[in-house]
Amino acid sequence: MKILVPVKRVIDYNVRVRVKADGSGVETANVKMSMNPFDELAVEEAIRLKEAGRVEAIVAVSIGAPACRETLRTALAMGADRALLVTTESELQPLDVAKVLKAVVGQEAPELVIMGKQAIDDDCNQTGQMLAALLGWGQGTFACGVALAEDSVTVTREIDGGNQTVRLKLPAVVTADLRLNEPRYIKLPNIMKAKQKPLQSMTVQELGVEVAARLKTLQVSEPPPRRSGVKVSSVAELVDKLHNEAKVL
Amino acid sequence: MGVLVIAEHDNATLAGATLSAITAAVRLDDAVQVLVAGHGCRAVAEAAARVQGVSLVRHSEAAHYARPTAEDLAALVVDLAADFTYVLAPASTFGKNFLPRVAAILDVAMISDLIRIEGPDRFVRPIYAGNAVATVQSTDPIKVVSVRATAFDAAPSGATAVPIEALEAKPHSDLAEVLAEQLTQSERPELTAAEIVVAGGRGMGSAEGFRLLEEIADRLGAAIGASRAAVDAGYVPNDYQVGQTGKIVAPKLYIAVGISGAIQHLAGMKDAKVVVAINKDEAAPIFQVADYALVADLFQALPELGAELKRVLAK
Repeated sequence: MKILVPVKRVIDYNVRVRVKADGSGVETANVKMSMNPFDELAVEEAIRLKEAGRVEAIVAVSIGAPACRETLRTALAMGADRALLVTTESELQPLDVAKVLKAVVGQEAPELVIMGKQAIDDDCNQTGQMLAALLGWGQGTFACGVALAEDSVTVTREIDGGNQTVRLKLPAVVTADLRLNEPRYIKLPNIMKAKQKPLQSMTVQELGVEVAARLKTLQVSEPPPRRSGVKVSSVAELVDKLHNEAKVL
Repeated sequence: MGVLVIAEHDNATLAGATLSAITAAVRLDDAVQVLVAGHGCRAVAEAAARVQGVSLVRHSEAAHYARPTAEDLAALVVDLAADFTYVLAPASTFGKNFLPRVAAILDVAMISDLIRIEGPDRFVRPIYAGNAVATVQSTDPIKVVSVRATAFDAAPSGATAVPIEALEAKPHSDLAEVLAEQLTQSERPELTAAEIVVAGGRGMGSAEGFRLLEEIADRLGAAIGASRAAVDAGYVPNDYQVGQTGKIVAPKLYIAVGISGAIQHLAGMKDAKVVVAINKDEAAPIFQVADYALVADLFQALPELGAELKRVLAK
């Protein structure tokens, strides 16, 4: 079987983001970028399924500026077999990304798409569900366990009260939660090998997808800052302040 | 044209997050309908009918709605949606699962995690783990929105009930099947709705360490939360996790014990009214958002806190 893994290039999760003074967005120039952490889990899971002998090929795909090539090389170094870069000038929203991915699925015909449950920049948590909807496939969101069978995949999902297990008919879309696995450390020889792996590039137009942002971002601003607090010297002082000053006890 | 709110419930009671979504709905339009799809959930429909601001409840019964899959729920909602300007659901794992599917079938964008309404088509939502907020304008005829429960008060219930209309169920899709659910049993209040949350991190050291927190939580009638580090270390189940990828809480009082305060954790709790941090590392980032900071070893501080609370609360 073939697995498609969409990956997104985002500001590194450790970076403290700065909102631009003109309110148009956050500062991305000279900021460390890396693969969205949830997508790393998706790549890792696909590789584990391949190592278990159930999967023949893993195709990584990224959509965006040419710099997404880096993110794809990372996926290749982890163990993906080949990569597709779909370039576009415009900033795509989840519905657009889902439409582009649908076109890629049409070309590649994977039986499973594994992707992150959300990107840590827009925090939308939509694309996987939208892709499943557009394809008319089943969806296994927030996965912390994936088991492949002949014509189905069983997904353990993280839900608010605990876990839920669903069985999906293949083909299907699965989105990865944090506890799905621990992504592997990339060794230097694998980075070298990844440079030899095929990375094909095309444009959104070549795929025949029309993208049109339906949501207009009017403004991006800083959240209201919290006023600075006070240091207490003892537990007794803490309880006294909570009781008499903050009045929350 | 009104708002359709999809109720989250367990077939017995309406989830608190649904009431918050109804409050957001009422602010958008005065014609608010609630869809209750479930199995043996008449009581939930009746409760929804008494919530203030609701004008009609649509009640759909089917065995496959007992724990509905996103595939089944989306099919039901999409058929109704054409009659509404807004389709809302709580931004819980329930809403996050099926709502984007609804939006894609309708070919409209979706607004995740609404925290403020600025106009009929203008919505505010957090991005970058809550380190920025974006105001977005929707140009779609139907606005599909998930609502962050902690950003809106729960809609109150009144004595009068609005009509409940039966809605025919859609056939069960064979794309997905719920096989089982393992829910964490707890006597404590639900984490996202609790007035007080006591949370522990890696500093708790072990599952046994968390017992110290349980004592404090029980004394305060609080829920217990955790950082990702504590969950990954296996100290507590993963549905205790507070943060960007866990639950978002905004209690009256949040007590963070042995939590360093990574960006991803702060995303889930920095809207708490009062934040207390107990940590032995003076440089821990959690102290930057704490209203009251205690630099101390938690294994000494927690038993002391228990005794002190006992003394103060007894008064």
